[in-house]
Amino acid sequence: MLAMAQKEELTKQQELIYEMRIGLVMTKNPVSVAPEMQMSKLREILQTKRISGMPVLENGFLVGMVSLEDFIECLTSDAMNDSVAKHMSTDVITLFENDFLVTAVREFERTGFGRFPVLNRETGELVGILTKGDILRGVAKKLEVEFHRAEKKRYKNKMHILDHVQADETRFTFQYHIVGNDFNRAGEAAGNLKKNLKRLGLPPEIIRRVAIASYEAEMNLVIYTSGGYMTVRISPEMITVNVFDNGPGIPDVNQAMQEGYSTAENRIRDLGFGAGMGLPNIKKCSDEMLLRSKIGKGTNLRFSVKLYGKNDDN
Amino acid sequence: MQLREIIKILECKILNSFSNLDLEIAHGSGCDQMSDVLAYVKSDALLLTGLTNTQVIRTADIADVKAVCFVRGKTIDSKIIQLSEEMKIPLLSTKLPMFEACGRLYKAGLKGCEENGIG
Ligand SMILES: Nc1ncnc2c1ncn2[C@@H]1O[C@H](COP(=O)(O)OP(=O)(O)OP(=O)(O)O)[C@@H](O)[C@H]1O
Ligand SMILES: [Mg+2]
Repeated sequence: MLAMAQKEELTKQQELIYEMRIGLVMTKNPVSVAPEMQMSKLREILQTKRISGMPVLENGFLVGMVSLEDFIECLTSDAMNDSVAKHMSTDVITLFENDFLVTAVREFERTGFGRFPVLNRETGELVGILTKGDILRGVAKKLEVEFHRAEKKRYKNKMHILDHVQADETRFTFQYHIVGNDFNRAGEAAGNLKKNLKRLGLPPEIIRRVAIASYEAEMNLVIYTSGGYMTVRISPEMITVNVFDNGPGIPDVNQAMQEGYSTAENRIRDLGFGAGMGLPNIKKCSDEMLLRSKIGKGTNLRFSVKLYGKNDDN
Repeated sequence: MQLREIIKILECKILNSFSNLDLEIAHGSGCDQMSDVLAYVKSDALLLTGLTNTQVIRTADIADVKAVCFVRGKTIDSKIIQLSEEMKIPLLSTKLPMFEACGRLYKAGLKGCEENGIG
């Protein structure tokens, strides 16, 4: 579950650099200097703004970039009275504000530079500056926003579902994949189903019966089969659970239904299963139950619990 | 019977952080078969069990078991404790064997799951 969420987040990050534009994450109105300024004046700016380079502007247009290295060079060669224009680099690689982040990421990788000036594509004016930090911060922020939006949507959906159940209008389905022989995850599907039914605000006794029956069914899939699916349909009248597996199938369905009949091996019994009570339990918890099986093909178990009906068995 | 009383009677160790001592427990059951737990244990019960695997916790969650107590002082895997935290199920352990643990609680007045008329 966690690994899944992290993976989703990673691909989401990768997607975002193809979706988000530079203008959204760059630092706007960056500190800049004029070309005729003295190099000695850079000291204060570099120190107080804690930056290692800045654009050089003339009438709003980029004419070069001057860096901490340029400053240090002047310092050591006694050229502090020179103008910035004399020491700035003029062959500057620029980015456009409406480029996607992926372009910037590639340029950072290709050049190894720490920052790029960002221009407006139409006017050619400097509009910002972009560092790797800006990209990381921008993507993180966007992810957070999307995360909250998704949460909100989930919450809305929940209310939606609940409304409709009470309004006797619609039916909807949950589906769970069940992995054979995976005892670490055994019971997760039924556990999740139970949580969802609780969120729907269904009566606790109904939830308990559906949860117990689906758990028994899920365990049978984990123990005896190579896996399968569980679909749960909820209508205003009843909850219907359909469980399919890919085999091996049950030779005698009536025998399997008998209390105490079990083919469980010792290692399964050691886990606390194999009492031969699972299928009878499902029958007891449900209002209707149908078990069909074909050797070599698989088994289909269907049971339903009425939402407003009466079940005398508990 | 409150959980704190059960802890005193069975001389329990508390294994996770969800052991609200005021929790009201109406029934007790001693069970090593998960299907039996699902079939007979009531939703406000304490489950005493000699089994120590994560399936115990999953089963307890499904059956609305209020609290789980492992008997005979078995060592409990951290995975089990972690899952019980997730499921918010109080987890205890006692050195007593099953028979004695059940006996002490029954003597102190904790009801079984088949009593009070409903089966
Ligand atoms: N989906 C299935 N595919 C193949 N065999 C199955 C399946 N479900 C049940 N069986 C067979 O039916 C028997 C009875 O199942 P049931 O769930 O009633 O008891 P159990 O699983 O043996 O024990 P318990 O459920 O009490 O832990 C099983 O032992 C197994 O042989
Ligand atoms: Mg079974």
